[in-house]
Amino acid sequence: MSRPSDYYQRNRSLHPPALTPGYKTSVARSPRQSMIALEHSASEITGPVFGHADIDPGDNDLLSNYARPGESPIGERIILHGRVLDENARPVPNTLVEIWQANAGGRYRHRKDTYLAPIDPNFGGCGRTLTDANGYYAFRTVKPGAYPWRNMVNNWRPAHVHVSVFGSGFVQRLITQCYFEGDPLIPICPIVQTIPDPDAIEQLVARLDMNATIPLDSIAYKFDIVLRGRRSTLFENRLEGN
Amino acid sequence: MPQSLDYLRETASQTAGPYVHIGLAPGAAGFDIYRRELGHDIAGPAVRGERIRIEGQVIDGTGSPVKDVLIEVWQANADGHYAHPEGGGAVEEGFRGWGRVISDFDTGIWALDTIKPGPVPWRDARMQAPHLNLWIVARGINLGLNTRLYFDDHAEENAADPVLNLIEWASRRQTLIAARSERDGQTVYRFDIRLQGEGETVFFDI
Repeated sequence: MSRPSDYYQRNRSLHPPALTPGYKTSVARSPRQSMIALEHSASEITGPVFGHADIDPGDNDLLSNYARPGESPIGERIILHGRVLDENARPVPNTLVEIWQANAGGRYRHRKDTYLAPIDPNFGGCGRTLTDANGYYAFRTVKPGAYPWRNMVNNWRPAHVHVSVFGSGFVQRLITQCYFEGDPLIPICPIVQTIPDPDAIEQLVARLDMNATIPLDSIAYKFDIVLRGRRSTLFENRLEGN
Repeated sequence: MPQSLDYLRETASQTAGPYVHIGLAPGAAGFDIYRRELGHDIAGPAVRGERIRIEGQVIDGTGSPVKDVLIEVWQANADGHYAHPEGGGAVEEGFRGWGRVISDFDTGIWALDTIKPGPVPWRDARMQAPHLNLWIVARGINLGLNTRLYFDDHAEENAADPVLNLIEWASRRQTLIAARSERDGQTVYRFDIRLQGEGETVFFDI
């Protein structure tokens, strides 16, 4: 039996550690023991496969997927697009990308959100799509608003879109947040600042992409996502210990 | 110019936050938007295997249940095959092997209905005991936590499991073993996940 080739070890120095006291909720929710390092078997290198039967073509259009007929949400119309790649710079095709966000006023459509900014009757705030053969994805939405949250008394989240990506193996599973170029709240956000590596933070900031902008309609931001890469199978077809 | 290693760097993780339901389980957030929410069909009605329910809580370092957690499960079918091109073999119609559950907003209890998986090969000729792979995200969790669930009625296979045996402390292996009981004619396994403190669950760096 040949053993599957592993994914590259995760570079944990660019991810936030579990315990980040500046983000208070992490204090009681962070493991204290060391994790057990696990080399990969089929349990790790496989993962769920999604297809076009799972979702609908309009699921990636947040301007229309919850709007009443003939109406659309309030806010700056944007295209959020990019590619899902792996660390080898290869596209990750046919993978599920799910997003969720606040509306243009910074309010979430969620039973637990009580912020005084109003719900937008024409905005749900979630979308999903599959990457194409080149790893490309696109959403149409409104730019989310900043909003206050309870951490220190006066903390505000920068405008952000939550992004969930699968990849092809369960080890690639990732949830992150996409920020927007030029937002002055980014460097003072306790959640952004859980990330110890400045370049890793920079990689979470979507860039204004004038070439992808639709004139007189929607402005575009580009956000590429990188998932873990995998070793080539060369030299790996022998049993362990041989 | 020196040779360059032209790898990209993985995108950094950020917490799923308190409103993860909007994106991944909108019905729980309080609205209906998609034709079908994903993750409710781990093993369809035609799938072979022992039908089981798994339920539990995620407990934080203060001993309180986490009421806004989301867990994804990834498992093999009764033959030990994953529904994936490299999954070890074909799976029957209706077997997906992937599910997504959230905890109750009031009690923190989560539950999932599935079938018990078969053993899966390890990296050598040994087999791994039947197990579920779990991925846990929530507000306050900066990077999703990976753990595994094993079954207490497979004691012999668990004792030989190559992954459980990587855990140096035998007492900590117990944190990964779900406890079987029967309730109203249904098999229920209890599996609590302790994020921190006494009895802290073993998490894996995979």
